[in-house]
Amino acid sequence: MKSLAELQALRDKMKGNMGIRDEDDASIRVVVGMATCGIAAGARPVLQAFTDEVAKRGLQNVAVGQTGCIGICQYEPVVEVFMPGQEKVTYVKMTAEKAVQVVNDHLVNGNVVTEYTIGANAK
Amino acid sequence: MMQELSLNILDVAQNSVKAGASLITIAVEEDEQEDLLIIAIGDNGCGMTPQQVDRVTDPFYTTRTTRKVGLGVPFLKMACEMTGGSFDIRSQPGVGTTVTARLGLHNIDRTPLGDVASTVTSLIQCNPDIDFVYSHKTAAGEFAADTREFRQVLEGIPLSAPEVIGFIKEYILEHLNEIQGGTI
Repeated sequence: MKSLAELQALRDKMKGNMGIRDEDDASIRVVVGMATCGIAAGARPVLQAFTDEVAKRGLQNVAVGQTGCIGICQYEPVVEVFMPGQEKVTYVKMTAEKAVQVVNDHLVNGNVVTEYTIGANAK
Repeated sequence: MMQELSLNILDVAQNSVKAGASLITIAVEEDEQEDLLIIAIGDNGCGMTPQQVDRVTDPFYTTRTTRKVGLGVPFLKMACEMTGGSFDIRSQPGVGTTVTARLGLHNIDRTPLGDVASTVTSLIQCNPDIDFVYSHKTAAGEFAADTREFRQVLEGIPLSAPEVIGFIKEYILEHLNEIQGGTI
């Protein structure tokens, strides 16, 4: 069973690695709406999918965080992506699967997944 | 309506985050004898005045300006009352707030507890500067995951580091597995 001793070993291993993430260095910010509307619509698995995929790919320059309700509850789960020098991209009605695609296409390769953006979904 | 009580916990704990809390406790107790599932979320945030406490279970009361409804607390209250349980908020300005939900443990209308480990790790990841204590008690025993303890061991490595979040999730799941007879 996991114990604090195991956490100690993990700490020592992480300290040995020079590439410890520093959130302040992150140039790309991903924020998931985690107010009541977001949570009820499924924001938790979306947040987790972003975190897992960013960790899996070792993307040191990406910080995943949360925000509150931005007033478009009908489009939740909503995710906003901030990249330096570019306009904010708002993804709507997100799922864990879509999140993985956004990491790969947008965060890694720089191609906005247009079909998931609010522009493509707003009626 | 939330699909899992763990999502209600995540939602109500967000209010504690917004209240500027530095310590948030999440205590879950499965009381077979009293046939109750008790969930208490406490914080040392800014607290509320008695007038605010009175209004917070009103779905049409919210302090936010982005929308006109505040459904989080009423959702949890409804989830409790549906099972013959009760719902209680104690708050004092400058001291903090504790929300206690009591649900009929074996009531057919009780929402499943769901994935509390994911709720706790989501909270820690998004708020690495806040301390969280998650405790869980059943007839078979109890355990607590306390970020103050983790922080001490980590010596400056952030709680939000993916490896650390992964550890905390496993830590919770393994300890829960020891004291839970099955999914509730």
